[in-house]
Amino acid sequence: MLIIKNLRASVEGKEILKGVNLEVKTGEIHAIMGPNGSGKSTLASVLAGNNNYEVTAGEVWLDGKDLLELSPEDRAREGVFLAFQYPVEIPGVSNINFLRTAMNEIRAYRNLPVLEAKEFLKMVKEKQKLVEFDAALTNRSLNEGFSGGEKKRNEIFQLAMLDPKLAILDETDSGLDIDALRIVSKGVNTLRSEKNAFVLITHYQRLLDYIVPDFVHVLYNGQIAKTGSKELALELEEKGYDWLKEEVKEKELA
Amino acid sequence: MITQITNSLYDQLIADFELKSILSASSEPARLQQLRATAFEQFRLNGFPTTKVEDWKYINLAPFLKGEFNTEPTDEPLPGLDEAIAKATIPKLDCYQVIMVNGQYQAELSHIVPGEAIHISTLSSAINQPAFQSHFGKYIDLDKNHFAALNTALYRDGLFIEMAAKAIADKPLHIIHITTADSNLFLQPRHLFVIGAHAEISIIESFVSVDGNNDVAKLVVNNVSEIVVGEQAQLKHYYIQTGHPNTSYIHHTQIEQKSSSGYNNYKASFPGTGLLRNNLNVSLNGENIESHLYGIYLAGGRQLVDNHTIVDHLKPHCYSNELYKGVMKDEAIAVFNGKVLVRKDAQKTNAFQKNNNLMLSKTAVVDSKPQLEIFADDVKCSHGSTIGQFNEDALFYLKARGIGEDKAKALLIHAFAYDVTEKVPLPAVQAYINHLIEEGLGGSVMSDE
Repeated sequence: MLIIKNLRASVEGKEILKGVNLEVKTGEIHAIMGPNGSGKSTLASVLAGNNNYEVTAGEVWLDGKDLLELSPEDRAREGVFLAFQYPVEIPGVSNINFLRTAMNEIRAYRNLPVLEAKEFLKMVKEKQKLVEFDAALTNRSLNEGFSGGEKKRNEIFQLAMLDPKLAILDETDSGLDIDALRIVSKGVNTLRSEKNAFVLITHYQRLLDYIVPDFVHVLYNGQIAKTGSKELALELEEKGYDWLKEEVKEKELA
Repeated sequence: MITQITNSLYDQLIADFELKSILSASSEPARLQQLRATAFEQFRLNGFPTTKVEDWKYINLAPFLKGEFNTEPTDEPLPGLDEAIAKATIPKLDCYQVIMVNGQYQAELSHIVPGEAIHISTLSSAINQPAFQSHFGKYIDLDKNHFAALNTALYRDGLFIEMAAKAIADKPLHIIHITTADSNLFLQPRHLFVIGAHAEISIIESFVSVDGNNDVAKLVVNNVSEIVVGEQAQLKHYYIQTGHPNTSYIHHTQIEQKSSSGYNNYKASFPGTGLLRNNLNVSLNGENIESHLYGIYLAGGRQLVDNHTIVDHLKPHCYSNELYKGVMKDEAIAVFNGKVLVRKDAQKTNAFQKNNNLMLSKTAVVDSKPQLEIFADDVKCSHGSTIGQFNEDALFYLKARGIGEDKAKALLIHAFAYDVTEKVPLPAVQAYINHLIEEGLGGSVMSDE
């Protein structure tokens, strides 16, 4: 589904991604871990099309489509979803109006008819229940006055509504208490299917107790330094990242 | 150069006044004649304001006043009135419509307001009314307001509304001011609204041009309204300003508030009108008064939109709040100049003022000048002003959910305007203003049902 080849990206002239290679197949869950500043969030932003980052080399393909050629909105319409690390508060835009606009824009792109108000509201109810997100959305502005946990749950709720092919969760677990983490994980586990794929960007192994990944990658210094199974996450939890940094250095010297 | 250009209209108006004083010397009461003469003398001395006058420093009036003007509107009906009324009619608003054409009240086109509580007539026929005699021409500083002085000297007619004490209007009044001309016209309408003690009413004023007629002719409207809000009375006052690029509006609205009264002004202006200058002066002349001034200006093309407000706290225990928001497109220029005055006697005043601007283009200009002048020592006041662009993070967030660039921007503009639009109490008017915002943005649609 997703193929990333030798992706390089920089911000304000500083190179952050230095040749990332990654392949994600449908039905898979990939976890990307790594120390602070290794480029995890940059990778998420670049995939979603944030133009604060400049792609200097490489390719990204989503089901045969050149993702880097597409605008952020077209990437979303093709089925890319980024759950933001810091969801933006937008006073004056209601949650419901925002979501309905988003859904209808995506549906129009796919030549689907506009969703009837009744159907839409039914779906909202259903998906809110799924992520145990009972905040009143109708008369509230987008993320405004939401707690950190509510904002993250709202991201997963949106994910459930938009039903993307590829969901990238950028440190969705950070700042969540154990209950919120359980709810978010339950949501993801319910939504995962043979038709979609998830990329979980996380700093902590804790999330992977709840969502079991098929692969764990360690991003270090702008490259994928190691790939393994879920056991790799446990190893990192126990030993930290220093041994890996040593390994990379040795490789470079050799 | 500037004085030369304005000279011709200035000379013409001076001649007009002299002619008029000979012709109508006997028909108006002595007090009114005296008032006109004083006002005329002020205007003769001050002339039209140049950019050297502080209150006009951002606007060069010369190009707008250049050329030959008729100073008396013709009484012949001009085509397009019905379309203009239809255009200005607010969908789903249950109201009494009052139609004004070139400053003249059109009783036969207007709705009849049943009962005795609301009296509506031409201003000229009200000169013997007690309300006219006790309020007309009492509140405007003619020395500082060149155009108001000129209007006082030379106005022909306008609208008079009096609302009886304790009356509660069952529907809002919707005054539609239509302007139209087939040759250059300089209009000076004059209005007086007197809201009796304990009375309550909503007055919506829409300003529209007749399409087509103004394509060649220049129209300058020097409009003056005096409004008295009696003790414990409540007035909700709306301005919806649209118009043709060849039309210039200079509005002076003078509000006189008595004790424990409430005055709310909701002003929305849209691309069109070439020059729009609004002077909105509110005098809080009593205790326990509340005043709210909300403004949204969406400016586009080469439009000049200048909002000057004065909130004058004269007595203690009053509250005023002002919020003006601007959305600037193309090469439009906007001025916000808000002055809050707290006089020595006005202890325990709460006065707040804010002006925010969202720039959609690199060539638009905003001059924002919030001013506070405080002479009392026990008050709570604040003011502020911002000029900014789209929040890039918010824009990216919306796009990352599949919302296209134009629609995302439209959502953010509505969100920006929302602080003002949500305050508009009549839902039909609120929806209408939102619709005009959309239209003014150029067809970007929103799915909000």
